[in-house]
Amino acid sequence: MFKLAYNGNFESLPITEVFSSFLGERLEKDSRTVYVDADLMALIGVRDLWKKYPDRVLNTGIMEGNMIGVASGLALTGFKPYVHSFAAFVTRRAFDQIFISAAYNKNTMHIIGSEPGIKQDYNGGTHMTFEDVAMMRTIPGAFIFDITDNAMLLSVLNATKDMQGIFYYRLPMSEIRKVYADGSEFRVGKGNILREGKDATIIVSGALVSMALEAAKLLAEEGIQVRVIDMFTIKPLDEPLVIESAKKTGIIITAENASVNGGLGEAVSRCVTENYPVYVKHVAVKEEFGEVGPESYLFERYGFTGTQLAEEVKKAIQLRSQS
Amino acid sequence: MESDNNLKAFANDIRIETIKCLKKRGFGHVGGCMSIVETLSVLYGSVMKYDAKNPQWEDRDYFILSKGHGGPALFATLALKGFFPVNWLDTLCEPKTLLPSHCDRLRTPGVDVSTGSLGQGLSVADGIAKGFKIKGKDNWVYVILGDGECAEGQNWEAAQFASHFKLSHVVAFVDWNKRQVDGYINDVMSLGDIEGKFKAFGWYAATVSGSDTEAIKTAIENAKKEHGEMPIAIVLDGVKGSGVPEFEEMFDNHFFNLDAELADKAIARLEA
Repeated sequence: MFKLAYNGNFESLPITEVFSSFLGERLEKDSRTVYVDADLMALIGVRDLWKKYPDRVLNTGIMEGNMIGVASGLALTGFKPYVHSFAAFVTRRAFDQIFISAAYNKNTMHIIGSEPGIKQDYNGGTHMTFEDVAMMRTIPGAFIFDITDNAMLLSVLNATKDMQGIFYYRLPMSEIRKVYADGSEFRVGKGNILREGKDATIIVSGALVSMALEAAKLLAEEGIQVRVIDMFTIKPLDEPLVIESAKKTGIIITAENASVNGGLGEAVSRCVTENYPVYVKHVAVKEEFGEVGPESYLFERYGFTGTQLAEEVKKAIQLRSQS
Repeated sequence: MESDNNLKAFANDIRIETIKCLKKRGFGHVGGCMSIVETLSVLYGSVMKYDAKNPQWEDRDYFILSKGHGGPALFATLALKGFFPVNWLDTLCEPKTLLPSHCDRLRTPGVDVSTGSLGQGLSVADGIAKGFKIKGKDNWVYVILGDGECAEGQNWEAAQFASHFKLSHVVAFVDWNKRQVDGYINDVMSLGDIEGKFKAFGWYAATVSGSDTEAIKTAIENAKKEHGEMPIAIVLDGVKGSGVPEFEEMFDNHFFNLDAELADKAIARLEA
């Protein structure tokens, strides 16, 4: 069960500490746990573990494709690999290795893609992946989680630690707004209803969850009640919850820090059109590359602020009332 | 250890069964199957630790055919060693077969890694060798790379990694048969000094005739005596289509429709 703790504040504990403490525990308790990084250990905070476990915490240097291959070989000898690089590099750069060396070989691998989408702010367009979700969704049986905050990361990592398959975690590492109380628990394939409403449903994930909550607040002031769902489990999607929301509110607005092509929005749309067709509006990055700037600028640039989301909801409601 | 005569005979049997297998299908990656036959004979006839009745045996050595399109030659080897019945070779690429064109570990008993998208096998070999090392095991991982495949940059990432981590139990063979889909390597994309490249990456490296079982076996033995902490590369100086002059002389011998009459002629000659 989860408990909402949103008040607009940032997490006080760096999420990298949540990750490194989880990893440290796994390395200690399970001799089959290995961690492989491609020269970004410093950013995700595991350099101390690299020193402590030189055998099982490996740095490949800047070679993401080889990193996935090595992790696959480790999996083939009975190890459980966690691998990490920036989301852009660990997916886009190494996608064939993930597809063939890892997934096609039926290896289990936990792939952490840090700073997805606009979270790359000052690194800009080259580092900004909006397409990772679409790519990873095409891998048969893969799991995709768009992490919202600290409590979610810890719970999801614990939920998947003994499962088999390809797991992709989109991990934001900076300016994370706290949404859930510590100790909240999350289930694979089960989305969270953060707020109830009858007029429309916002289905959202990751960095945009807090923005959706802000939008809902603004809309409530105007008498519009929206349901907000954190669909952190992009794959497997919580289809029953999507269908129920379609039936209950008749309008769905999806919002994601990713491309409109092949992301959460399209997953929701397919579910809706196949089961209970209603109007679905996608807020996502449309046929654009990323660009540099502070997060505050980028949220607005791509239409991700609470105010902009609220406007999209109103437009959707208006459109449906006219049809 | 098998005597060299036995290894030669085993290589001959592998070549015959591979041709029969490809003849039944009517087409396939003939050239690159032929050029790895002697190495497979040495590995499965003498060098590797495995249990054909228990392919997943935890204490086995691993083998990766990174140039996964050479699958039929590996399948013939595995069948002859009793991993599965020889008559399975008649099912190559049929619907629901356990022997697809490219190596698939989920289907074929004895195949340790699924390959086919070139350039990935050496990285996986590194991971396996690292896994052995973490567990304190003395096992080896053998991998065959194509020479054309060496154009994939990932091989050199893996070479760097193996050297850095002193993965002394990786043995990489490069099937230097000088040809790829579009023609001669030197016309398509020159590879240069393969042995020298591996040496520059900190590997022990040697070049031997790829069609001489005794030379291959000796090269492996010498390498294991001399390599210290270095991973081992053995360049197989060979001929694409080797063992069948008509295959060797064909210009496009990477993948072709195998004429049944030609196949029978080759088999008869090899059986004589």
